[in-house]
Amino acid sequence: MKKSFKNIFSNGLGQLTIPIIAIIILVVFNLIRDPSFFSIEITQNNEGNNVLSGNLISIINGASELAILAMGMTLVTAACGGQDISVGAAAAIAGSGFVKILKSGDTISGGKVILAFLFACIVAMLFGAFNGTLVAVFKIQPMIATLILYTCGRSIAYWINGGATPTFSSSIVNAIGGFIPGIPIPTPVLIVIAVGIIFKLVFHFTSLELLTQSVGINGSAARLNGINATFIKLLSFIILGLCVAVAGSIGVSRLGLINHETLLLDIEMDTILAVAIGGNNLGGGKFKVGGSIIGAYVIQTLTITLYAMKVSSTDVKAYKAIVIILLVVIGSPVVKAKFGKLMSKFRAGKGNACVKGAE
Amino acid sequence: MDGKELLTMRHIKKEFPGVLALNNVDFTLRKGEIHALMGENGAGKSTLIKILTGVYQMDDGEVTIEGSKVSIHSPQDAQNSGISTVYQEITLCPNLTVAENMYIGREDSAWIRRKEYERRADEILSRLQIPARSTQQLGRCSLAIQQMVAIARAVDMKCKVLILDEPTSSLDDKEVNMLFKLMRDLKAQGVGIIFVTHFLEQVYQVSDRITVLRNGELVGEYLTEELPQVQLVSKMIGKDLDELSSLKENSDTEEEPGEVFYEASALSSTQTLPFNFKIHKGEVNGFTGLLGSGRSESVRAVFGADKVTGGIVTIKGQPAKITRPIDAMRHGIGYLAEDRKRDGIIAELSVRENIILALQVMNGFFKPISRSESEAFADEYIKVLQIKTASRETPVGSLSGGNQQKVILARWLLTHPDYLILDEPTRGIDVGTKLEIQKLVLKLAEEGVSITFISSEVEEMLRTCSRLIVMRDRHIVGELKGQDLNQAQVMKTIAGEIKVKSPDQLQAMKSIAGGKA
Repeated sequence: MKKSFKNIFSNGLGQLTIPIIAIIILVVFNLIRDPSFFSIEITQNNEGNNVLSGNLISIINGASELAILAMGMTLVTAACGGQDISVGAAAAIAGSGFVKILKSGDTISGGKVILAFLFACIVAMLFGAFNGTLVAVFKIQPMIATLILYTCGRSIAYWINGGATPTFSSSIVNAIGGFIPGIPIPTPVLIVIAVGIIFKLVFHFTSLELLTQSVGINGSAARLNGINATFIKLLSFIILGLCVAVAGSIGVSRLGLINHETLLLDIEMDTILAVAIGGNNLGGGKFKVGGSIIGAYVIQTLTITLYAMKVSSTDVKAYKAIVIILLVVIGSPVVKAKFGKLMSKFRAGKGNACVKGAE
Repeated sequence: MDGKELLTMRHIKKEFPGVLALNNVDFTLRKGEIHALMGENGAGKSTLIKILTGVYQMDDGEVTIEGSKVSIHSPQDAQNSGISTVYQEITLCPNLTVAENMYIGREDSAWIRRKEYERRADEILSRLQIPARSTQQLGRCSLAIQQMVAIARAVDMKCKVLILDEPTSSLDDKEVNMLFKLMRDLKAQGVGIIFVTHFLEQVYQVSDRITVLRNGELVGEYLTEELPQVQLVSKMIGKDLDELSSLKENSDTEEEPGEVFYEASALSSTQTLPFNFKIHKGEVNGFTGLLGSGRSESVRAVFGADKVTGGIVTIKGQPAKITRPIDAMRHGIGYLAEDRKRDGIIAELSVRENIILALQVMNGFFKPISRSESEAFADEYIKVLQIKTASRETPVGSLSGGNQQKVILARWLLTHPDYLILDEPTRGIDVGTKLEIQKLVLKLAEEGVSITFISSEVEEMLRTCSRLIVMRDRHIVGELKGQDLNQAQVMKTIAGEIKVKSPDQLQAMKSIAGGKA
């Protein structure tokens, strides 16, 4: 038992140490500041359901889109050694497509919601494939390649919406963005869990993880081992496209309207940050999707904490930046190396002490 | 050579956790001497060099330069004491000019104007007869010139001790000779040179003295002319060479070739001219020729590593289309690439993941090898090939060169290939591992695997191959087997009808035919 515990800290966690410590510190900080910060109560919402509410719930719920995008972004980062900065814009397009289908008839039935979601998926995957082709086939740097869609994406969404911000109301869609009657946990949280499980299953039933890491670490060697690097990179963008569709659909469902200007605005930067906080190398290679998910919750906890401290929304970004500087510096190779040395010294010292004790 | 002691290292001891890397090692460098530091991987050469250059701190011992004791705690200290190092990998900036590279980052150069240091650079380049101009962009020079610029930089910093760590491993023979000329010039000027290399032949070409280390201990210091090559090898590996010679006898047994496994006619890629080639089941053949003769490019075309532009390929008599590596792999062909770092290992992935990679790719995207299965595979091959690694989950990049090569061999053996192409499998690895790999090649051939073995050491190929294909200027110019398999014949064929004019060319041919073991 003791050994396995030690193993977790020496190798098992590794990359996840910093994001986990960050989240623990944030939690402890909040508990000291306000012991009731994380209290959860059951309240009745507008539709008369008994649902969980509290800061903890709003953190976990609010980070849903971010967590889903971060999972996809992790793959793109690992395979291509770069990031997709168009996820916010692409989500606006996917969301617009989702609403377009929803509003195509008089009533909104369950079948139509599914159809709308599938449509959003196809649209987002196509845009993902577009980005992926630029990166994988034409070897354009990911940030430059996705800059195109970043720039024009919200305009495309504007055209789809006919320049308006269409609203809709449907209990089914409300349930997606809010609560399913009888279940006290917010639906987006359930969707995150589902997406996480799907990722886990994909990694279990395919060799995607090994192939992606190989392509990201050494593309030349990967090719000579028969790996189709172009396909792997393209695939990572298409998978991210799916994540974009899911995130966009959740975002639209929360509000009951599509505003192409504001839907998931600036989320690309938080997404990249989540991947980085999760200990993933932004230059590609080895990755842990779990790290990025924790990274997403770190960012959201930070945001909610700042709001709870009555920091005005314009100031929040500056305060966030301070914490992020800390996290990134602590996670930097230089500090890690120094810390590693300290730890090994400490361990050696402890080993000697044990020997002495035995004597 | 006036024999005056320039640098002495006495009773050097260095311990790493669990390993005594250097134990009571002495080393003496005299003025105007080229001193080869020899030993297998893990003998302590690098550790000794790193202590001298301030990368490591010694635990015990004494270093003196020109009689006075020095303490070296950082690379800066080493530089100030007159010790300069030129590493195997060029550590200069390819996008800057030659002059900029010579003066960048030096305390004494911060306030010198561009014109001034370009003039000084040209002066020293011409003094050392290095064919480069100060305003040239470094990246456009050949590797040899880049290396020489690095040396010029060291010379300009008034270095007394110049350490050359594997300087020739990426140079062709002509460039090696240029480098040797420069080394001799510096020697004449009184610089002491420590020369670390894997190429025994080169040691005998330039060095005056040899110090041999083994397992962190000093074996001895010898005058080069008094130590025959065979003895040097046995001192390095610590055993007699009977084993080395016994290998050859095994392979000498002439056997009727089996059925043809692979045959290509007029095969060509973007990097080769059309050529014909075939290999039988259980045969070991080799490609030889000077660097740039097209030997590596030819096998790359066989594997589909470069874009194939034409030709007809049959495998076991059936037509086959190989345009990408995966096609070749599906036909049972494996390829160990020449450049281990660039084309072989996935450095940050574990030994286990590196071993299963090719098999996983062949199995396909939807049939992942389970964790327990892959662990079993890794354990098996770590044992069979005696891969020295802390565990199967150790990142392969942290292993020594020879063990990395074994991991890649394991990767291909795991796919149970019918035909294995090994391009320079023994480059840059220690003598013991070389021998193991040669043995493995012969054993595989006995089991019916066809093997193409490429090595820049002709001796090694003569030991393992039953047929040698000789290339010159991207053409196959001869095929040797049986009685013709000897160094003289190889050299003649490489030379071919060319009337040898320049002594450089002759030297180059000699050195390749002589085997840079």
